[in-house]
Amino acid sequence: MDRKLLLEHVLVEGINGIDGYQKKGGYRALEKALNSMSPNEIVEEVKKSGLRGRGGAGFPTGMKWSFIAKPEGVPRHFLCNADESEPGTFKDRYLMEKIPHLLIEGMILSSYALGCNLSYIYVRGEYMYIIQILEKAIAEAYHKGYLGKNILGSGYDLELAVTCGAGAYICGEETAMIESLEGNRGNPRIKPPFPAVKGLWGRPTVVNNVETIAAIVPIVNEGGDAYAKIGIGKSTGTKLISACGNINKPGVYEISLGISVEEFLYGDDYCGGIKNGKQLKACVPGGSSVPILPHHLVCKTANGDQRLMSYESLSDGGFITGSMLGSGGFIVYDENQCIVKNTWNFTRFYHHESCGQCSPCREGTGWMEKIFHRLEHGHGKIEDIDLLWDIQRKIDGNTICPLGEAAAWPVASAIRHFREEFEWHVKEPALCLVKNYGLVGINIPVLNNA
Amino acid sequence: MTDSDIKFKIIIDGIQLEVDPGTTILNAARLIGGEAVPPAMCYYSSLDGSGGKCRTCLVEVVKGSEKDPRPMPKLVASCMTLVADGMEVNNKISEKVLEARAGVVEFLLINHPLDCPICDQAGECDLQNLAYAHGKSNTRYDFERRTFDKIDIGEYIKLHMTRCILCYRCVYVANQLTDKREHGILMRGDATEIGTFIEKNLKNDFIGNVIDVCPVGALTDKTFRFKSRVWYTKPMDAHRNCSCCKGKAVVWMIGDEIARVTARKDQYGEVKEFICNECRFEKKDKFDWTIEGPRNIDRSSVISANHYLEDAPKHTILLNKA
Repeated sequence: MDRKLLLEHVLVEGINGIDGYQKKGGYRALEKALNSMSPNEIVEEVKKSGLRGRGGAGFPTGMKWSFIAKPEGVPRHFLCNADESEPGTFKDRYLMEKIPHLLIEGMILSSYALGCNLSYIYVRGEYMYIIQILEKAIAEAYHKGYLGKNILGSGYDLELAVTCGAGAYICGEETAMIESLEGNRGNPRIKPPFPAVKGLWGRPTVVNNVETIAAIVPIVNEGGDAYAKIGIGKSTGTKLISACGNINKPGVYEISLGISVEEFLYGDDYCGGIKNGKQLKACVPGGSSVPILPHHLVCKTANGDQRLMSYESLSDGGFITGSMLGSGGFIVYDENQCIVKNTWNFTRFYHHESCGQCSPCREGTGWMEKIFHRLEHGHGKIEDIDLLWDIQRKIDGNTICPLGEAAAWPVASAIRHFREEFEWHVKEPALCLVKNYGLVGINIPVLNNA
Repeated sequence: MTDSDIKFKIIIDGIQLEVDPGTTILNAARLIGGEAVPPAMCYYSSLDGSGGKCRTCLVEVVKGSEKDPRPMPKLVASCMTLVADGMEVNNKISEKVLEARAGVVEFLLINHPLDCPICDQAGECDLQNLAYAHGKSNTRYDFERRTFDKIDIGEYIKLHMTRCILCYRCVYVANQLTDKREHGILMRGDATEIGTFIEKNLKNDFIGNVIDVCPVGALTDKTFRFKSRVWYTKPMDAHRNCSCCKGKAVVWMIGDEIARVTARKDQYGEVKEFICNECRFEKKDKFDWTIEGPRNIDRSSVISANHYLEDAPKHTILLNKA
């Protein structure tokens, strides 16, 4: 069983209140930081820890923090991205629901490290009850003097507030989130300038994911080096994985990065294998945006190496035979699932959530959804498969924000690995309505180095 | 040497030129002119914040700068990307760019009604020109096209949302030119529409300029709708004394009558001097204006194909004079 850093005390009674949290060592990192560490020392510890953004892109957090511009006399802002809307990802919700003070302590530490005096937690609108939990926790922290003026006598002031999104996936994109926070329409901004230079109200801003911010607490407590010892290679520390789909034990697991996918998928401590003794068909390892992996590439890479739960190993083979760790939404499909239907569902989501600002995403996602609808309902044409391929290629990389890519990648990978299943939907229009394709004929790409 | 003397050397489509730092790739290309200029459907140089949305101006940066010669990984929007010293940009000579651009044109057209034969913008429509230059002659889209209900936004302007390509220019015009913006972007994704939410008249001295900035026929002049095709009218530079604007406009004449009034557009279809509603909608009498002479329309447009300098063909269309 792994070392747990974030969810160690999650099942303790009363951990969601400040007293329960403090009994388990809560706010010790804050006291340590404010009494004995300078902001730069915290940034250095985070750099040493090798912590990478847990929201999906996996960008090194310490590096992101060091990019923040520090012009004289201009306030800076730190924002928490709790607009977790990726299908398959529900780790942040679990963390905020069970142990809200961990996020708040992480917020104070990060804001202190970056010299911000006004920070926000942007929570998606659907998480209404989480907003209440967080607001209660923030009130407790104010009451204890962990927030407000002159925190713990250190002379550092911080105001922390929760704001609520209106239910848009796009507001999880950091610049769209900033627009939304400013009270505008949640359209992503064109980068550069990056938020680290010009973010909220034109001021330098850092946006981090909930889990990233929570991980600052153990890093400050135990030091960056100790944190970096957990994990493998450049994937350090622990990661929350929200496992769902056809598995015996769906839920949120905290893993040390670097355990094998096989252990995670079949181990009794984690997912516990495929439900009802069925066979694995495919797996989306990092939330709906990342490429799907067919069964023969889930536990092994194309080279025959064991695939690990780490940023590097999951993306081994690029997009041809690999995927991404993404935000950690681990979706498992058994032999009875239909890939066309699943991809249609994803496409429907991206169509619904496209902000409509730039043309490839606005028009392309809707077009793909219509074609998928046709394929799934037995009205597809054989040219549709190539058409889909062409549409996704013209969206990918040509949009303002990554939503275009997130919409294109699942389609591309589904066609790449499951083309025969698509063709079967066209050739057997009556059969595909009543029966699933099953496991036969999954494309095994020919590799140059194999 | 001061900062203002520094010039950046850049190469666009193999043509070398020197530009001021802070210039966008698109504006640098416009200094060259001709084929090197990427098309732009949403960028409007006089409107702050415009650009980056339509993705037709995508270009390939094959060399980032002298200091960092790595190519940019993705195609970039030339209207928003600033030049760097030593940058090399491929526009028309890049296969990748042409393919992506053809893709964008296809995306813009799949839900466009293609009602050019009855659209007042036809002949001076940016989308028409773009599709002619970069589009294909047939479509792969065989679903029902998206349509919107027509919304009444006042006595002068017709909003035909179905034709809109969501360039947001009209929103920026209302924001930056008028006292108060009364329309905006509603909804999301491909259900996005321009509207006032609750139906209302757009009344503002300068709101008529949304017609000029609209690259398609989504916003048209109610005083001119269905009166004539633009290529049957004679554009003449004209001016008048106006208390509100500079009064420099183009009057589009049929015979001796003024069919419509627009602001003066440059070769990229951009208005530099916006005109007020009074000039645009209410001064339709020849004697309101001092006519300077025929206007040279130097865009690739059917308007210039019509030899309006000679005797214009006689029309049987009667103008309803307001």
